[in-house]
Amino acid sequence: MSDTQSTEEFRAELREWLEANCPQEMRDGAMTEEGICWGGKNWVFTSDAQQQWLERCASKGYTVPTWPVDCGGAALNREQEKIFHEEMGRIDARSPLESFGIWMLGPALLHFGTQEQKVEYLPPIARGEVRWCQGYSEPGAGSDLANVQTHGADKGDHWLVNGQKIWTSYADKADRIFALVRTDREAPKHKGISFLLIDMEDAGVETRPIKMISGISPFCETFFTDVKVSKEMIVGTENRGWDVAKYLLTHEREMISGGGAGLSGGGRALGAVLNDTMETLDATLRADAMRCEIDALAIGLTLERYKDQAEAGQGAGDASAMLKYMGTELNKQRHELMMTAGGSAALEWDGDVGNRAGDWLRTKANSIEGGTSEVMLSIVSRRVLGLPA
Amino acid sequence: MNKLVLTEEENMLADMARGFLDGAAPVSAFRKLRDEGKTHDAKLWTEMADMGWAGVLVPEAAGGSDMGFAAANVIAREMGKTLAVSPFLSSAVIAATALRQVSDDRAMAALAKIASGDVTYALAVDEGIKHDPDASAMEAKADGNGFRLTGKKTFVVDGAMADRLLVLAKTADGLTLFDIPADRAGITRTQSNMIDARDAAKINFDDVEATGDDVLGQVDSAMDILKPALQAGQAALAAEMTGLTAGALDMTVSYLKERKQFGVEIGRFQALQHRAAHLWCETEVTASAILNAGRLLDSDPENAEMAVSLAKAKATSTAILAVQEGVQMHGGVGMTDAFDMGFYMKRARVSAEWLGDYSYHAEKVAAARGF
Repeated sequence: MSDTQSTEEFRAELREWLEANCPQEMRDGAMTEEGICWGGKNWVFTSDAQQQWLERCASKGYTVPTWPVDCGGAALNREQEKIFHEEMGRIDARSPLESFGIWMLGPALLHFGTQEQKVEYLPPIARGEVRWCQGYSEPGAGSDLANVQTHGADKGDHWLVNGQKIWTSYADKADRIFALVRTDREAPKHKGISFLLIDMEDAGVETRPIKMISGISPFCETFFTDVKVSKEMIVGTENRGWDVAKYLLTHEREMISGGGAGLSGGGRALGAVLNDTMETLDATLRADAMRCEIDALAIGLTLERYKDQAEAGQGAGDASAMLKYMGTELNKQRHELMMTAGGSAALEWDGDVGNRAGDWLRTKANSIEGGTSEVMLSIVSRRVLGLPA
Repeated sequence: MNKLVLTEEENMLADMARGFLDGAAPVSAFRKLRDEGKTHDAKLWTEMADMGWAGVLVPEAAGGSDMGFAAANVIAREMGKTLAVSPFLSSAVIAATALRQVSDDRAMAALAKIASGDVTYALAVDEGIKHDPDASAMEAKADGNGFRLTGKKTFVVDGAMADRLLVLAKTADGLTLFDIPADRAGITRTQSNMIDARDAAKINFDDVEATGDDVLGQVDSAMDILKPALQAGQAALAAEMTGLTAGALDMTVSYLKERKQFGVEIGRFQALQHRAAHLWCETEVTASAILNAGRLLDSDPENAEMAVSLAKAKATSTAILAVQEGVQMHGGVGMTDAFDMGFYMKRARVSAEWLGDYSYHAEKVAAARGF
C-alpha cells in the first residue's frame, strides 16, 4: 500500500478484490461461535470456503490489516483501516480469522518484542497457523492479578515452571500459551513477574476444560509441572512482565468491549432480533432497546474517537478500562433484551432461535474476564479522577 | 474523513472561551443575576459579540466569524461549565442557521445584525408541554398579500427579551416560518418564572399582521428552514449540557477529595468512587456523540439528523445523571440554595426539555436505525 495512493483508489481496489475473492458463503457476517475461524495446527475448517477465505486474506495481509508487512499484515494506515472495515461490512463479510494472537499477543509483541521475535511469531498468527491462549488468572489471582504464584525457578539457560492457571480460554485447542510467571519471589509483587511463551505440547503441561453455565467449555484450567522454558522465550525484560501484561490487558479490554459497541456480534444480533419480532415487540422492550442502541452508537463513536486521537498523537489515557466497562455492561443488557424478545422459544437449548440462551449466558463473563467492571471503575477512579486508593 | 478529534484551532477556541468566561461569567455572576431577578446580561452579550461569538455561524460577508457548527459547540460547552447566561443558542445558533438557509439581501442584513449583537432572536415553536414542531396549530390566515397570525406559543426561550421572533404557524398547505419584530401590534409576551432563572416566555398572538416579506423561505415550507436551525440548536444545546455535566462532575470530585467523614476523605469509599467513575465513563461516550454531531453538521448537514438526535439524547441522560449524583454525593449541602449544584440541576432539567427531550430524540434515532 503506497502512501501516495488516494483513499478512493484504495477503496476501489479493495472493493474489486473483495468481490473477486470473498466466497459467497463467507458473506453472512456471522460472528457466532460456530462461524468463527480460530486457526491453529489442529484447526478443522468448517467449509472449503472458510479455508479459502483465510488463505486469500492472509496472502494480502488482511487478517491483521494494520500490522507491518514483515509481520504478516498489510500496513494499512488509520484511514485505510476504516475503509477496510467499511468495505468488509458492506458485503457482510465474515472476519477471516479471530484469535488471541491477533487481539492480545500480537500488539504486545509489536510493542515489547525483539525484531527476531516479531518475524518469528507474528506471521504464523497472521496466517492462522498457530493458535495462542492466555495464561493470566490463577485460583488465587483473579482481580488481584499481580498476585500470580506460578513459579519459574532460574536454572541457568531455562526456567523450571510449576503452578496452575485458570480461565485459560481455549487452552485445550491452543498450540502455545503466553503466561505470567513469578521469577522473583523476593521482589514486590508487581516487580517479580516475567512474561513467558510456552509450548502447550511441552512435557509437564496439562489442560482440562471447565464446563460453564452456558453448557460449553471455552475456559480451561492449565497445570505446569516441571516445565522447562528456555530463557529465549521471554517477552520484554525479566521481572518486568507486569508492564507487558498491563499493555496486553488494554488490548484485551478493547477487544472485549467491542462486543457491546455494535461493531460485531452483539449489535448486529440485537437489531436483527428486534426487527424480526417487531410486531410482537411491546413498548417497554422497544424503549429499552432504543436506550441500548443509543448507548451502543455512542460507545462505537468513542472507539473511533480514541483511534483518531491516537493517530493525532493525543493519548486516550485509561480509555480501555472505560470502554471495557461500558461495552460489556451494555452487551449483557442487549442479550437480556434478546432473551426477552425470544420469549419461551429462547429458553430451549438450540431451539428455534438457535443458541440464544448459550450466547446470553456467555455474556455474563464479559464483565468479569479481562478485569471485572468493579476493577475497571477503580482504575478510572484512581487514574482519571485522582481519588485516593 | 471527519476526524473525531478536536483540532488545534478548536482547542485554542476552548481555552480562549474558558479564560474569558472565568473572568466575565463565573457561576457567581449567574447567582448575582438570579438574585437581582434578571435574566439577561447585556454587557456580557456585547463582549461575546465583540469576540465573534454572536456571528459564529454568520458568513464573513455579513460581518460574521463563520467558524462552523463544531466551533459553536465548543463555545456552548464552555458556557455550560459555568452556566453563562446569553442568547447564544437562540440568536447566534438557531436564528443564524435559519437565516442562512435564505441567502437574500434581507436575510444577509438580518445576519449582520445578529453578528454585531445588535439584534437578538427567539424561536417560537412549541405550543404544548412537549416539543413537537409538526403539531403546530397556530394559524396564519392569508389576508390580501399578507397573513394574520393568531394563537399561542409557550416555552419560547429568550422570548421575553428578544428583539425578533421566528414564529412557526399553519398556512393553507403546510407550515410557514415568519420573522417578525417582537413588539409588533397584537403580540403579548409574558415571561415565565423558570426554575433555571433564565428567560422563557408565553407569547400570545392576536390577529398579528405579517407581510409576505416577513416570511422566511417559502410559504408552506417552514421545515426547509427550520429543520437545519433546530438541528444546529439541538447540537449546541447538547454541547452546553456536556459543559454543565463537566462542571457538576468537577465540583463533585473535588468535594470527594475534601470532605471528611469517619476520619477520612469520603473519596476513599469505594461506593462513591464507583459512582463517580461511572459518571465519568458516561461523559466520555457522550463527548464522542457531540463531536460527531458537530462534524456532520459542518460536512454533511443533510444527513446529520441521527447524529444530532444521538447527541441530544445522550447529553440529556448524562447531564441528568451528573446533577443527581452531584447532589447525592454532596449530601445535605448539595440541597442548599447557597451551594451551586442546585443551579446545575435546574438548568439540566430545562435543557433536557428544550428542543426535544430524551424520548423525542430516541425515537428519531430508532427511526433512523430501522426499529
